[in-house]
Amino acid sequence: MKIGVITFPGSLDDVDAARAVRYAGAEPVALWHADQDLHEVHAVIVPGGFSYGDYLRCGAIARFAPVMTSVLDAARGGMPVLGICNGFQILCEAGLLPGALVRNSRLHFVCRDQWLRVENTHTAWSSRYERSAELLVPLKSGEGGYVADRSILDELEGEGRVVFRYVGKNPNGSLRDIAGISSPNGRVVGMMPHPEHAIDALTGPTDDGLGMFYSVLDSLVAA
Amino acid sequence: MARVVVDVMPKPEILDPQGQAVAGALPRLGFQGVTEVRQGKHFELEVDDSVDDATLAKIAESFLANPVIEDWAVRRVEL
Repeated sequence: MKIGVITFPGSLDDVDAARAVRYAGAEPVALWHADQDLHEVHAVIVPGGFSYGDYLRCGAIARFAPVMTSVLDAARGGMPVLGICNGFQILCEAGLLPGALVRNSRLHFVCRDQWLRVENTHTAWSSRYERSAELLVPLKSGEGGYVADRSILDELEGEGRVVFRYVGKNPNGSLRDIAGISSPNGRVVGMMPHPEHAIDALTGPTDDGLGMFYSVLDSLVAA
Repeated sequence: MARVVVDVMPKPEILDPQGQAVAGALPRLGFQGVTEVRQGKHFELEVDDSVDDATLAKIAESFLANPVIEDWAVRRVEL
């Protein structure tokens, strides 16, 4: 199985995302922002960082990169896509996921290990977890406050599309403690915390994040 | 050629922590009576005559602003 990891100017976590893919037993494929070719990957990770320096708005310029046109087309065709941190911001800017990420309440850049609760185990990226399982993964973002209209929030809750919620004190003002959401078909997931940094207790707080990468492989084998 | 100004502001219902931080600093600097501050963005575009209002609106709505969280206004100004 090949999983593409996009590199934009300013991406930081593409290397760790590729490493996580490798840990899970799949082949990471480097995708370049200026290249529309997805190189026959079966899924794509849009990694964290500060694409285009976060100029204009986080993700606002990256969403127009040539590779994203192909990713959006493939996602609409059912290909699994995971946006982490800046990748989540990019997927929201692109309209693939609803809502937006805004400056953290109290303005602090938050960098800490954060507990999350798994709310939906039926997405392509969360099937390996048990419902209500709690994960400890790094969170590191300055604009991680998830916002959306009340009607969108109700829709997300009603359809079970809140995939992860923050446990304990809300770190960034995200409405309804939302840490990650999915598309209606559960193939596209966006989240602010970083599962790719938590795949080995030697280098991260836990290996709790690895389940996401196993999950997508399960979904690809089943497809 | 013309100058076009695009102002982008966070929607009223969106929390604006930057504006709040500015508002919170004013009393500490000795300025009283400012009850609220909202912080947005101001763009100045130099455009040639081929750029019509519909195009400017599209630039503002699809790129300069994120309509999920921001309102925008476009105006042409005299140079």
